[in-house]
Amino acid sequence: MVSSSTFHVVRSSAASRVAFAAALLFVALAASLPFWGESSWMREFVEIACYFIFAMMWNLLAGYGGMVSIGQQAFFGFGGYVMLALGNFTGLNPFLAIPLGALAAGLVAAPVSFVAFRLTGGYFAIGTWVIAEVFRLSVANVSAVGGGSGTTLTALRGIEKSMRERVTFWMALACVVAAVALVYLFLRSKRGLALLAIRDNEVAAESQGIPVRRMKLAVYVVAAFGAGLAGALYFVGNLRISPDAAFSVNWTAFAIFMVVIGGIGRIEGPIVGALIFWALNKFLSDYGTWYLLGLGLLAIVTTIFFKQGLWGFAQQRWGWSLFPTQRWLATGEASSARRSVRHSSPSDLELHPHAKHQ
Amino acid sequence: MLETVLQGVLLGGLYTLFALGQSLMFGVMRLTNTAQGDFIILGAFAVIAGVGLLGGAPFVVALAVLPVAFGFGYALQRYVLNGTLGKDPLPSLVVTFGLSIVIQNLLLELFSADPRSIETGGLDIQGLRLGESLSLGVLPLLVLAIALAATAALQWLFARTALGRSFRAVSDDREIAELMGLNAKKVYALATAIAFVLIAIAGALQGMRTTVSPSDGPLLLLFAFEAVIIGGMGSFWGTLAGAMILGITQQIGFRLDPGWGIWVGHLVFLLVLVLRPQGLFPKTRG
Amino acid sequence: MTALLATHGLKAFYGDAQALFGIDFTLAQGELVAVIGANGAGKSTMLRCLTGLVAAPGGAVEFKGRAIGGSPPGEIVKLGLAMVPEGRRLFPSLSVEENLLMGGLSGRKGPWNLERLYALFPILAEKRHNPGTALSGGQQQMVALGRALMSNPEVLLCDELSLGLAPIVIREIYAAMPALIREGMTVVIVEQDVTMAQRVSQRIYCLQEGRVSLQGDSDALTRDQISRAYFGL
Repeated sequence: MVSSSTFHVVRSSAASRVAFAAALLFVALAASLPFWGESSWMREFVEIACYFIFAMMWNLLAGYGGMVSIGQQAFFGFGGYVMLALGNFTGLNPFLAIPLGALAAGLVAAPVSFVAFRLTGGYFAIGTWVIAEVFRLSVANVSAVGGGSGTTLTALRGIEKSMRERVTFWMALACVVAAVALVYLFLRSKRGLALLAIRDNEVAAESQGIPVRRMKLAVYVVAAFGAGLAGALYFVGNLRISPDAAFSVNWTAFAIFMVVIGGIGRIEGPIVGALIFWALNKFLSDYGTWYLLGLGLLAIVTTIFFKQGLWGFAQQRWGWSLFPTQRWLATGEASSARRSVRHSSPSDLELHPHAKHQ
Repeated sequence: MLETVLQGVLLGGLYTLFALGQSLMFGVMRLTNTAQGDFIILGAFAVIAGVGLLGGAPFVVALAVLPVAFGFGYALQRYVLNGTLGKDPLPSLVVTFGLSIVIQNLLLELFSADPRSIETGGLDIQGLRLGESLSLGVLPLLVLAIALAATAALQWLFARTALGRSFRAVSDDREIAELMGLNAKKVYALATAIAFVLIAIAGALQGMRTTVSPSDGPLLLLFAFEAVIIGGMGSFWGTLAGAMILGITQQIGFRLDPGWGIWVGHLVFLLVLVLRPQGLFPKTRG
Repeated sequence: MTALLATHGLKAFYGDAQALFGIDFTLAQGELVAVIGANGAGKSTMLRCLTGLVAAPGGAVEFKGRAIGGSPPGEIVKLGLAMVPEGRRLFPSLSVEENLLMGGLSGRKGPWNLERLYALFPILAEKRHNPGTALSGGQQQMVALGRALMSNPEVLLCDELSLGLAPIVIREIYAAMPALIREGMTVVIVEQDVTMAQRVSQRIYCLQEGRVSLQGDSDALTRDQISRAYFGL
């Protein structure tokens, strides 16, 4: 038995404090990119930012909310279309329309959840896909936004190209920072712990007084908001929208890929996954079908052999951790000898710890 | 109107075949195969390839594909999917989703994106006259007959055979089933093997009835899934009923406007989900 | 006298949590031994180790002279060790008769078959086609017991037979035990009902927090001794 000397909960380690400082530096550096970098870099960043935010939100929903969805593209496209509608029809500045598009996506998620939550597990996943298809088919019938072939974002026509690209870039940077901060703070809070309790054992969590239904709704809405944010941002950058592009299941496929590679249920996972995905995209996408085939195989292999994702593998092997949502219970006397006992680490490896013997 | 409903019933026959494999796999091991539709398309292309090699005899090729499908399904479950089973639905979803992408792109590479079909020597345009103005296609009627036979066969298998008992036991309580001496891994593999035979049949008939292209899979998955949910889980006749209802609503939608058929089907599905989430004919477990 | 069934320093884990800390247990042919203890003492875990549902090191469990630790449950049933699980755990999708048939899957030869079971528990014959779970608690326990008997075991493990049942039903079920013993079966019962355990068994093991805290002949142990061992006082 451990002696009753003082315990304290330690949140961050030296490594993560360094990483936080590095992240600040990176953001500052990135913000200055328009002044010394090429415009193609800014465009690429915007695209990667969209992929990343979408993946991070998918990760929040699946890894922390325990809800695996193949239909988040519904909110991605919805955010994009709302932004476009506001921009084209009300004369609102599209950059201001981005958060509004996100908000709209978050709001529409509430009634959608009423339908989607009738299902669980694998059938929930496919059900959300059906709902996304309904979104797609419905929008394709609305001629005001170009019906099946889509339309262009006319509201930005008057702005000079390099100016537009800069503002889009800064907007993307701001969205990334906001999304990461939102998820990070959410998970560090009591609500975050409650989420993990729900994820691990819903019935037990309910009996502890955690409002399971409300929490799941909250996560679903937040994830939809984030997806809508990514969508609105993407189509500001892309200038052209169509139902097939906006509501394509490929968005979710890429998010799944990024998160599975990076490790689900971790904050760093989507970052690692997005970087790997971007690199693969850059160098291999010319190979078209073989590239996609390879992605699929990689996802399969990673799921079967590296259950905690590549980043999770690194975390287990070498103890790396950037974002301290883990709470370490360190015994007071032994802090120098690094004798700390792990206490219910939230961003833990396996979503559902099995009994060793099955 | 009658014709629309009848066409819907015939379509429902096809959807039944899409859905039975899904229903079986989910019923026995709670596994959601998101590549269901893609495997159906793969089956269609397998028959197409076989017919291309032999220069004909589509039904012979289709029959030959069945044991191959059986073995493939067994191996897939035994060596790939069994490892993904568990409380967490994510691994099986990601793996089957990955398989879906692999299959689609593999087919694209091998066959290009052009739609193809299986030549049946005019069977697809032959019709059966029923009264003055009504004519039903011979092939769709054949599909319906096969669907009814398959449903009855599955029902019989589950209710009356030792294998069916194993399926039910292992899906009720895997641990106690293993205590009795069942090898759950092998039982699961057998279930998937049978599901894949159904998938191959569905693929062959789909290829005969219409054209197929590599990216058709996901839509078929959604139809299969909707049929299962509308009909209610736990019963094969329920799946058939759900497929019929889906087929009929889609046909009604098509009649109203050619662009609306699938959309109407989705809406009816969502409606059933909201109003009666357990499905219309569920067989609930104890 | 070589033991029919024995454990040597049996340890068991659920993930990182240790449930058993070295259990030494022996069972001789023809005995009825009781394992008692409070909730969480490790009684069920011990039985699950014996039947292969929980992994145990190879040599830690011996049956008829063979090391069976780590063997799959199906193999162990074929050797002649069967369990009536805690909470009955009948298959809800199967009828009473189908549940019983599942027990016979191992194909072991012996005196037990459907007819004999129906003779022992006539009420089951009446309800043979009902779903397994549409019966009363006591009847379900009969089905669970019958299911284990269908594998014609040499050793029968019964996990908390009396849980949730009325006293008269418990007596009825335990009344079948002497007949089983006379026919050559060896039985281990896990019980929370200490009085019943003492009454029907020849020897008792008491588990407390994963360790054997007391063992001895049932008629030689006093209530006081048992209470102290039970609660770890």
